[in-house]
Amino acid sequence: MTEAMGLKVTTPGDREIVLTRVFNAPRHLVFEAFTRPEYLKRWLLGPPGWEMVVCDVAAKVGDRYRYEWRHTDGKQFGTGGVCREFARPGRIVCTELMDGYPTESLVTTVLVEENGKTTLTTTSLFESREIRDMVIKTGMARGVEASYNRLEDLLTAGGVQENSQGASAS
Amino acid sequence: MTQANQTGRLNAIFAALADPTRRAILARLARGEAGVLELAKPFSMSQPAISKHLRVLESAGLISRGRDRQRRPRRLSAQPLAEATNWLERYREFWEGNFQRLDALLDEMKIQQKNRRRSKR
Repeated sequence: MTEAMGLKVTTPGDREIVLTRVFNAPRHLVFEAFTRPEYLKRWLLGPPGWEMVVCDVAAKVGDRYRYEWRHTDGKQFGTGGVCREFARPGRIVCTELMDGYPTESLVTTVLVEENGKTTLTTTSLFESREIRDMVIKTGMARGVEASYNRLEDLLTAGGVQENSQGASAS
Repeated sequence: MTQANQTGRLNAIFAALADPTRRAILARLARGEAGVLELAKPFSMSQPAISKHLRVLESAGLISRGRDRQRRPRRLSAQPLAEATNWLERYREFWEGNFQRLDALLDEMKIQQKNRRRSKR
């Protein structure tokens, strides 16, 4: 995998997480992979050991969706919400309430195609900073060694999109 | 450290990092320690405004003060930042695992699409 294809995670405002990733495929295929159960079940799995056991997708505005996963050790996790925008093949906006979390987030997925490659940008906007940080902390797979090199990435990448709410030194 | 303590600390770190001026200050300090006047120079801000930002960074544990009493230079503290980037890195790994599976699936979908087009001809 080249560096240019790698996933970028940034926190441009204090209530957001933004994922950016390039896929070597046209966007109508990426859109299919994000919206059809037979595809979602094959990639949206998280760490090893998890299986997607419920995959009720949204196909138009107003539809509810529900995803559930089960681990081989019996643990379960689920998430779901309502679709607010469904514009094939470039944009999906959904609310999301993960099991065990107090409030919903708004997830905006944008697909932009260029020269046969698709750039995915997923912005999750949370009710508060505390919930955003909680989500970051639970999205972990394994411990990694602290690296100072990533500081530069975090600082510069975060500077691309500013959030005026975070601008005062309170 | 307890979970609650750690959560509080991380919240303070993420809040401090959410501000563009504070990120710019940290980027400057990543190149070496600097005094308040020096840090204020690139921004059109008063010294008290910069000092306010420095206090936020300090209470998040992201920077500390040097020995020189007169200049009171600020310097970067490595540990808390490493902690914050660590969490982001784990989150990134979680999603990168998903997306690598998606890469393989998309390759497969491209081949299927090509085959369908061929069989239509």
